[in-house]
Formats: sequence, C-alpha cells, structure tokens
Amino acid sequence: MEFLLNRYRNLTVLLVVILAQLVLLAYQVKSNGEVRLIRVWAVSAVTPLARVIEAGRSGTVHFFRDYFILLNVREENQRIKADLDRTKMENQFLRTELSTADRAKSLAIFQQQSPSKTIAAHVIGNTTGVGAKVVIVDRGTSSGVQKGMAVITPDGIVGKVTGAYPTASYVLLITDPSFAAGVISQKNRVHGTLKGQGYSTVIVDYVQNEQQVQPGEMFYTSGDDRIFPKGLPVGEVTVVRNGKSYKEIFVTPSGLQNGLEEVLIVVEGVHMAIPEAPLPSQPVHLQDAPPAETSSTEAAPAQPGGLTTDADRLVDHYRRIGEAEKHVYGQSAGGAPNYNIHLDPNAATPSPVASPAPSAASAAPVTPPKPATKNP
Amino acid sequence: MSDLGTNFREDFTEAPHLKKGVSKFNIAATIAIPLIAILFQVYVPRFFERLSYLELPLLVTVYLSLMRRSPVAGVLYGAGIGLAQDSLSHNPLGMFGIVKTLVGYFAASMSQRFDVQNPWVRLVLSFFFFFFHQFFYWVLVRALLGEALEFDLSTTLVVAALNAVVAIPLFHILDRLKVVD
Repeated sequence: MEFLLNRYRNLTVLLVVILAQLVLLAYQVKSNGEVRLIRVWAVSAVTPLARVIEAGRSGTVHFFRDYFILLNVREENQRIKADLDRTKMENQFLRTELSTADRAKSLAIFQQQSPSKTIAAHVIGNTTGVGAKVVIVDRGTSSGVQKGMAVITPDGIVGKVTGAYPTASYVLLITDPSFAAGVISQKNRVHGTLKGQGYSTVIVDYVQNEQQVQPGEMFYTSGDDRIFPKGLPVGEVTVVRNGKSYKEIFVTPSGLQNGLEEVLIVVEGVHMAIPEAPLPSQPVHLQDAPPAETSSTEAAPAQPGGLTTDADRLVDHYRRIGEAEKHVYGQSAGGAPNYNIHLDPNAATPSPVASPAPSAASAAPVTPPKPATKNP
Repeated sequence: MSDLGTNFREDFTEAPHLKKGVSKFNIAATIAIPLIAILFQVYVPRFFERLSYLELPLLVTVYLSLMRRSPVAGVLYGAGIGLAQDSLSHNPLGMFGIVKTLVGYFAASMSQRFDVQNPWVRLVLSFFFFFFHQFFYWVLVRALLGEALEFDLSTTLVVAALNAVVAIPLFHILDRLKVVD
C-alpha cells in the first residue's frame, strides 16, 4: 500500500484533494446550506479593500468632475458678466447645478415616494467567474438585508439578493442566465417569466403565440414570484416574434440603462397597480363644420327633414323622374324611364323632403343606376 | 521530415534544460499573485464590463503550475485559488476548486514534457486550459448542481483565444517575479 502511494503520489494527492472538495460540495447541496464561515471571511476580507478602492475612484472622479464644472462656471461667469446682467448669471449657475445633481438625490426622492420600504446601497464590486452577473453591494445583514430581497432602482428592477453577509450582500442581476421573475405586460396584461441571457437584453418566456405583445410595450413585475412587489417597471419590449410554442420576446431592462452605482434593496415590498398604457396616438384637433351655403339654401324652402347630402338629392332627383314618367321602380314593365327628361328645378316636390338646389339638380349625374339597386 | 521531427522535439518537448528548469517564487509573491488576480476579477469588471471575460485566476493557476513543474504543487495551487474564487462567487464552494485542481495537475504534468518558456507553447496551453476549464465547469454545474447552464462553443473558443493572447504578456511579467530558475 505504501509502495503504491509513493509510486502514484501525484495521482493520490489529486484524488484526495478532489474527493475532499466533492464531499464539501455534497454537504452543501445535501443540506441546502452553505459554508457560511468561509464566505463571511472571504467577503469580510474583500469588502474593506473594495471600499477603499471605490472611495479612491469615486473621489478622483468627483474631484475632476467638480474641477471641470467649476472651470466651466468661471468661464461662463466671465462671458455673462460681459454680456448679461447678474440675474441671468445666477440663473445659469442654478441650471448648471441642476444638471449636475447627484444621482443619490434622485434615488432619495424615489425612496421617499415609493410605498415600499427600501434601503439604499452602493455597488462595490463584482463576484468572480467569467461573465458573472452578480455584484456586491455595501449593505448586509447588519442593515437588515436578507437573502431573497428585491433590488431596484427608480428606473426598474435590478436583481435579487442571493447572499447576505454582515457588511455586504451578493445581488444576482436580472441579466444572469439563472435569474427568473414573474412579469406582466402593460397593455394586454400578458403574464410571462423574465429570464436573463448573460448579456444586456433579457427575454420573457412562456407567453403563448396567440397572446398579444407589441414592441415598445412595457413589462412590469407581476408579484407572482414573491420576490418583487407587483407594479415595478422591468423594461421595454424591443423584439417580438413567434416561436415554436411560445413567443420570443426580447426586453431591454430599464433598471440597468443608466449604469449601476446606487441601488435600493426592498426590505418591505408593497404591491402597486400596473399603470395604464398611454394612448396609441395623440388626440387630433377637429375643426368645426363649415356653415351652409346661403345662396342655394335660401332659394329652396326651408322644410323639416331637408336634403342634407348628395345621395339624398340624387334619390330625390330619380324619384321625381319616376313620378314624371309614371314609372314605379322595380315593378313597371318596359325597362327604365327616360332619365334625360328636363325637370323643372323650381317645381315643388310632393314629398316632405326639400327640393334640390338648381345647381345641384343640374349637376346630378345622368348615368342611370342599375334598377336592382334603386330604392324608391 | 525526420529533421523536422527532431527539431520539433528539441524546440518544444525535449529541450535539455527542461528537467532542471524549475522556477520558484518567494512566499509573498505566491500569495499576492493569485490574490491580485482574484481582486482584479472582483473589482475591474465593474468599470470595464468586457474584462469580465478575463479569467486571471485561471491564467495564474496555469502559470504557477507550469513553472513549478510539480503536479502536487499544481494541485495545491489549483485547489487554493479555486476555493478562494468560490468563496467570492455565488456558487457552492468547490466548483471552481475542483476544476482548477485538475487544471493545475494537468498543467504541471504537461510542463514536464514541453518547453514552457516558449511563448507559442504558452499560448496553446493557455487556450487549451481555458477551454478545458470552461467545459469541465459546465459539466460539473450540470452534473452536480443540476442547473441547465448552456455551453456556447463559439463564444468559449473566442474567449479562450482572447485569454490566451492576454496570457503571453501576463506570463512575461510574472517571469520577472521568479527568484530561482
């Protein structure tokens, strides 16, 4: 035995190390637990370093940003002093301030307005693994974060917490292939399952081909997954096509469009209503109807139920021809009446309808219509 | 033809200095190099997303195993770096550990047959081990965790080529940290 171990020393070490890791894996899979102590050590060791690097980076970026903003303001002040009065200069300064408002402020406003209870967090790093779509945020169990909580921004959902440690948490982004969430379309309330693909767009699966989803439509969380509260924006549909059994719907996530630096972790979610879809087109202004022409209407006696359309006048014209020729449409033998006879345009009509105007009567078409379509 | 074969063996496989060319690093470098590689993977892709496709911990595992030329050392390097990577990932501990253990073992075994100072050999080995790493990781995820992870062959080949290209200058820089050769 000893001889064998010495002879195959390399292979033995390999097998022992792999076996040990397999046992470790089996323990985690079997007990559905994790080796928390090792992870806590690892995350606790990396988090302070990541915080320092992040602080250095953001400090440098903000310094240069502020420097250039101040430089612009100074140059602008000089130009404005030469050209405009003090009020305009102040106005410009305020506009500049507004345009450079920190994203954290908008996040805080959203946080106050949102019915859900949230805590703000800062993304400080990624997890390991090629193309990993998991980020580390600087809030952990000491801030009340728990595994399974939803992570959002004012623009939409971002992901969910997959691991919570004292000082940091892992957030699985919605673009990760293992991510899934229940969603609902804004217009036709079509339910589906959001899935990540590993890159910037996500798909909505399990939507029947017969259901109606259009490009440009928004998807919202449905609340079915018990992670995201209902009514949070997910993203806009970019491509829809029929698949073998389900539609292929590609969605651009709205929560990841403006980068990912600050996020909100939903500690207590409150379901909201899905907002109604906007009207497909803008309202169109319609002008009032033009006034009736006085020259023709004054000549004709005003009677109730007067001829209002060209079709009415045409029917009246043929009825008068029929009366003049003593022809009953659809019954008289001997064919059609003579449509070319001259009728007195000023003759009063026996019917309650008004007589046509002279110009209208003379301009009436002389082509005889088919008898079958006549309606006396 | 026989000359070509002889030259190939001399150039790439049976160079006389192979057996004695065992590189060593001081203990600080042995710890710092993998740590920096892992921190790079944790932090840098936040700002340059495309760099998330760089598997620096794997390249470091391959490099250290190739240079030490000892399968046992390769196994320990692979297991250590893999488990450290696991502890910062959302996977169960041991997934990267097992894969990198195998990579370390095979890299060290191959180093006894090839001239690992040759850039072309390094390029090919880096490409091969990246592909092996991704494929075996995919097999483990499906077999042990039962997750339906997809294996995109074309993407993996392209990323393997990119990692192999990055490996050449990286290995050249790491060569400067050797203390014994």
